[in-house]
Amino acid sequence: MPSALDIALWGVLPYLCIVVLILGTIWRYRYDQFGWTTRSSQLYESRLLRIGSPLFHFGILAVAGGHVIGLIIPESWTTAVGVSDHAYHIVALATGGAAGLATLCGIALLIWRRRRTGPVFMATSNNDKVMYVVLVGAIAAGLAVTLFSVFDHSISNYRETVSPWFRSLWVLHPDIQAMAAASLPFKIHAVWGLVLFAIWPFTRLVHAFTAPIHYLFRPYIVYRSRDAHGGTPGAGAPRRGWEPIGTRDAARRGTAAKTTEKRSRV
Amino acid sequence: MRVMAQVAMVMTLDKCIGCHTCSVTCKQTWTNRAGTEYVWFNNVETRPGQGYPRRYEDQDRWRGGWELNRRGRLKLKTGGRLNRLASIFASPVQPELADYYEPWTYDYASLVNAPAGDDFPVARPKSLITGKDTKVSWSANWDDDLGNSVGTDALDPVLEKIRRESEDKIKLEYERTFMFYLPRICEHCLNPSCMASCPSGAIYKREEDGIVLVDQDRCRGWRQCITGCPYKKIYFNHKSGKAEKCTFCYPRIEVGLPTVCAETCVGRMRFIGIFLYDVDKVTAAASTPDPKDLYEAQLDLMLDPNDPAVVAAAQRDGIPQDWIDAARRSPVYALAKTFKVALPLHPEYRTMPMVWYVPPLSPIVDLLTEQGHDGEAPENLFGAIDALRIPIEYLAELFTAGDTGKIEDVLHKLAAMRSYMRDVTLGRPTDESIAEAVGMTGGEIQAMYRLMAIAKYDERYVIPNAHLEDAHNLEEIGCSLDVEGGPGMGGQTGVFGEGSGRPQPVAVENFAALRDRQTADDPTGNSQLSGRVNLLNWDGNGTPTGLFPAKKDD
Ligand code: HEM
Ligand code: SF4
Ligand code: SF4
Repeated sequence: MPSALDIALWGVLPYLCIVVLILGTIWRYRYDQFGWTTRSSQLYESRLLRIGSPLFHFGILAVAGGHVIGLIIPESWTTAVGVSDHAYHIVALATGGAAGLATLCGIALLIWRRRRTGPVFMATSNNDKVMYVVLVGAIAAGLAVTLFSVFDHSISNYRETVSPWFRSLWVLHPDIQAMAAASLPFKIHAVWGLVLFAIWPFTRLVHAFTAPIHYLFRPYIVYRSRDAHGGTPGAGAPRRGWEPIGTRDAARRGTAAKTTEKRSRV
Repeated sequence: MRVMAQVAMVMTLDKCIGCHTCSVTCKQTWTNRAGTEYVWFNNVETRPGQGYPRRYEDQDRWRGGWELNRRGRLKLKTGGRLNRLASIFASPVQPELADYYEPWTYDYASLVNAPAGDDFPVARPKSLITGKDTKVSWSANWDDDLGNSVGTDALDPVLEKIRRESEDKIKLEYERTFMFYLPRICEHCLNPSCMASCPSGAIYKREEDGIVLVDQDRCRGWRQCITGCPYKKIYFNHKSGKAEKCTFCYPRIEVGLPTVCAETCVGRMRFIGIFLYDVDKVTAAASTPDPKDLYEAQLDLMLDPNDPAVVAAAQRDGIPQDWIDAARRSPVYALAKTFKVALPLHPEYRTMPMVWYVPPLSPIVDLLTEQGHDGEAPENLFGAIDALRIPIEYLAELFTAGDTGKIEDVLHKLAAMRSYMRDVTLGRPTDESIAEAVGMTGGEIQAMYRLMAIAKYDERYVIPNAHLEDAHNLEEIGCSLDVEGGPGMGGQTGVFGEGSGRPQPVAVENFAALRDRQTADDPTGNSQLSGRVNLLNWDGNGTPTGLFPAKKDD
């Protein structure tokens, strides 16, 4: 019998997070198109961004791909096609470790840039800060897990614990026992990851959901007719679900106000 | 043939006095918001000069516009689609704030709040980006001739190119005698490379009038368009994280009013009208192999609205009759195609720009006069045009991809107009040979003179109203900048009080009312205002109908 905590963490939390992720994304997509952007800071600084951002993004996309392979493809399938457990792990650790490291270096550079470049720091909202904490936490926990599995041989094999649990979630029959058997680092990483997905729709990370793959297929020149375009979306859009992220008038509320404030206190 | 209509502008550079009124009024209208401090949908550059952002014309560096690939097909200069997506995370090739300038304000409060003392308090410049003290060192028109162009105009990419190519050393002193102003807005291109490089497909061209807009709800801030546009007329709003660009004042155009820059132009140097063009041929025209032929190719796209075949095709393609009529009276068609004196800016970018320029002749006249000649005598003027190689080459780099012959043709026409009309003004018999020398008749010269020198408001701006069988489609389709705090947020009043009900498009609310008043015989617009009165538009004159509820008996 799994403990209540196990049930809460591995049977309830995942579904909560998925529901928040899906409903939150739909809601945001419907009510906050205007806030749906990368909020690029390239205009302020591009030298460090040029290194950090591709390093991080290519890294994280590789990591995401690795997760899909590791979590979705059952161990029995890879053994069936003749990939030994040992070989699999060496490849997984090498590629996963490299991608994870690139991601971590990239995000470290990005955060350093964010802190040290005045305008970029000014443009960092509290939302961004929370997002960075959760994101970096998830990445760091993930890398830690990888390191543990290299050096600590007592650690469980995630393909026998985490992966079956993960797959069982999708058939609405969570294999709580399997996950409960996983070692602590895996558990921390999994919970952290779930939290990341839960906050995802409410941060700037939504930009990843609209990755512009359709660019490869659309015609170069876009014509739009007024008439064909039902309704009048731009004409005083419906009240937004909340104030769009990052569109607050910082010069009015921020800089100008701040400078006068400072002066008047002197 | 598929006919579409395009709203276009012609700027007659001889008449620009470089007052920057257009930039200021445009800014007050569209970009006086946080995040767009450095954004100038309209800017005026002193040429020779670097332009805004600095050296934007250096496409070896900025890679804007199109080029032909080995098979002669159009390709974005920044690379193909896969290439674009692969570099999306950093987009290294685009201007930074330093290439524009760091916007600033002054700490005016200190003038009031500083404690009394012997020294006058000063308002120090504060950066609008960091809020910290800043040193003002550049801005949108820092190298204006009245400011500081001496010493920086050597950095003009166009001048650089000419200097590279010319055999003899050109002295800057000599170049400086030739100076003019170049106001620039978005070109509302027929083949826009900004649109082609937008991964989201958020930038679109309106079928009805060809205005190019950014759908603010679809833009995701991938900022590829900024690299794509060779004129650097897409700007990134660093607060909203979205791209913004000149809107050709579409809410005004929709109700038949000229853009704000044109309306307020002190020199009255802008003309707005429509072209009918053949969309099916745009790509082929933009793929013309020799850049020097691009101007002709672009001109060939423009259809003759008096040709019955064109009219029939236009009607078939759903162009309303009053638009066809407007195309016939279009001043831009007359200047670009009938008189052939208006030229596109940098046709070699292959975007088929739709803001056309009549190159300036005045600097040459001035130069002649300064040297003690009669600047308007035909022999002197024609001779000078042929002799002054540098101005001609410079203008050719701007307007004809380096083809000096076409610039000479245009300047000869302008010179002929001056000389011919001088005789008219002085009451002397006209000299038809002047007109013939440039392949025109005296009548044509007079017509061109009329259009360029004395055309009134309704001849300079021939803008048919948007056709909106149902008024609620009068849109501001997704583009509009009327987000919270944006320029278009008007008060709206529905049945449930302030802000309720279906939003009234800005175009209807403000501009229709303004237009009615401006064009009405009665300054209060009594005859035309109907329904409610927006008090913001009421100038205090009289009592327009609708100001008070109707009396029982009327
Ligand atoms: C798959 C498609 C994706 C694309 C095309 C993409 C693109 C971008 C772009 C263009 C920026 C703006 C960089 C700048 O100019 O400042 C950005 C920022 C960012 N992206 Fe992505 N992204 C993708 C996926 C992701 C994913 C999966 C994550 C995280 C899990 C992510 C996290 C971030 C973060 C944290 C930033 C902010 C970087 C900073 O300025 O500090 N992105 N992304
Ligand atoms: S000039 Fe305007 S329409 Fe042309 S590419 Fe640039 S932004 Fe696009
Ligand atoms: S308002 Fe007219 S004259 Fe003045 S700078 Fe602008 S275009 Fe030139």
